[in-house]
Amino acid sequence: MKKVFDLFFKKHKASEVRKSDFAFVFFLRCLAVLVILIFASLIYYLWDGSSAILKHSGWGFFLGREWDPNSDQFGALPFIYGTLLTSVVALVIAAPIAISAAILLTEIAVQKIAKPFGFLIEMLAAIPSVVYGLWGIFVLAPFVRDYIQPFLGKYFSFLPFFKGPPFGIGIFTAGLILAIMILPTITAVCREVFLAIPTSLREGVLALGSTRWEMIKTAVVEAGFSGILAAIALGFGRAMGETMAVTMLIGNRPDISLSLFSPGATMASVIANESPEATSNLHVSSLAAIGFALFLVSLGVSGLARLITKITKRRFAK
Amino acid sequence: MSSQPILSFQKVHAYYGEKHTVKGVSFDVQANEVVAIIGPSGCGKSTLLRCANRLHEEDPTARVEGSILLNGVDIFQNHADPVVVRQKVGMVFQKPTAFSGLSIWENVVAGRLLKGEKKAGLKEKAEHALKQASLWEEVKDKLNAPGLSLSGGQQQRLCIARALAVNPTAILMDEPTSALDPISAARIEELISELQKIITIVIVTHNLQQAARISDKTAFMNFGELIEFNSTSKLFTNPESKLTESYITGHFG
Repeated sequence: MKKVFDLFFKKHKASEVRKSDFAFVFFLRCLAVLVILIFASLIYYLWDGSSAILKHSGWGFFLGREWDPNSDQFGALPFIYGTLLTSVVALVIAAPIAISAAILLTEIAVQKIAKPFGFLIEMLAAIPSVVYGLWGIFVLAPFVRDYIQPFLGKYFSFLPFFKGPPFGIGIFTAGLILAIMILPTITAVCREVFLAIPTSLREGVLALGSTRWEMIKTAVVEAGFSGILAAIALGFGRAMGETMAVTMLIGNRPDISLSLFSPGATMASVIANESPEATSNLHVSSLAAIGFALFLVSLGVSGLARLITKITKRRFAK
Repeated sequence: MSSQPILSFQKVHAYYGEKHTVKGVSFDVQANEVVAIIGPSGCGKSTLLRCANRLHEEDPTARVEGSILLNGVDIFQNHADPVVVRQKVGMVFQKPTAFSGLSIWENVVAGRLLKGEKKAGLKEKAEHALKQASLWEEVKDKLNAPGLSLSGGQQQRLCIARALAVNPTAILMDEPTSALDPISAARIEELISELQKIITIVIVTHNLQQAARISDKTAFMNFGELIEFNSTSKLFTNPESKLTESYITGHFG
């Protein structure tokens, strides 16, 4: 502890820091410590909060399929399942579109079109989540219910994912809104990655007599592949943590169903929905444990994404 | 000059947006010649070179007037495909660009792999091209090592082998030795003189001694204009233009 303290507050010799700077430096260090304290208190709260349920049902809590607070049944699996499923649906829809958009922005469109188009995509990230939710409820969900789900049900009902009555509200629609929300993230990161690829590589491939498509495939997509993976991981992380719009559109029923048309719930949505009304100790603790798990997984995913980006950048820096 | 030139620049003008970078340059390159283009920075020599395999088109603001004939056929003709032009006119850049993720021998035949040729039939082609680029002896025991593991000079010869493996008619080189150490640069110069037996080379260089050593003819450009095009020995010993003389004697540029 003393070592950590010294790291932040150890007095420097007068020659190192002018006395007049001392107050300023001290202030900055206090802020730095504050960040760490907030982080630590967050982790402590989540850990402490989840201890009751983990004592009660052990790690099996995360595998339990039943969630019924009224009869003290707490199993987190439906929410983990819902989070993963909505995020995967979002990625399957968003990733190809986002990667194509990034290619369009960096390789194909002329600057006059690329700039406003890129700006528009980035603006998507500035729209508040609750506005997406609102639009989702009144525009997207009815559209999905009346057109997309009947279509999928008619032609793809041999797959277990597209069975059941079309409600509009449910996992599919939540995944769709998530896809729109993570589109700017993936596009922006892919764009950065593609811009980091040196022009000399593109010209090298072109000079061999490749077509534009062959050049993009080799010098952009293959060369930037790890960066694309990082972008997808970052989008995945965002999709998992996204709360408001998903809560408004997913139907909030803790079921595990293969069908994407059925309502579900995610880790984020159950916390948002139930924490104001949770009264029993065990219920509160269960929500904290779900929060802790979500926190750890998101942290891991975005950490992984950053790591991949760093490695990619270093490779091109040479 | 009875035989048809391999490359013939005819009143070539090049523009980047409003900027007029090449102003009506005309000269011929005969088969198996090495032609050097020299001139101060920004004189348009690289632009001219990039026009010859239509790489300038990658800049959307670029525009070319005039014509460049490859074996008598205008490469800017309406139906000419830049992809085909680039297969016939290869290019080697200032910075060696070994492709990451490809092994040494895959790098050599990258142009063919791009076209979907099967790897199995290409090993011999790679060996042949590596021998032509006099890199074979150094890499024959590590053909599967990554292309990027080679030194800068070796990578540049790898790029030359890669250009050769597409069986081009001519190869353009844009300051191929300026990023290399003197010994590697000397090896590239030797290689160019060797390659001259099988191919035609147009080289842009900042290094006047290099131009004097390796080229048969030299073109001197200034502010986008071709000042003088002459046999290298004449241009460096008894130039026709005063401007050329002051440039090669180091008075400007």
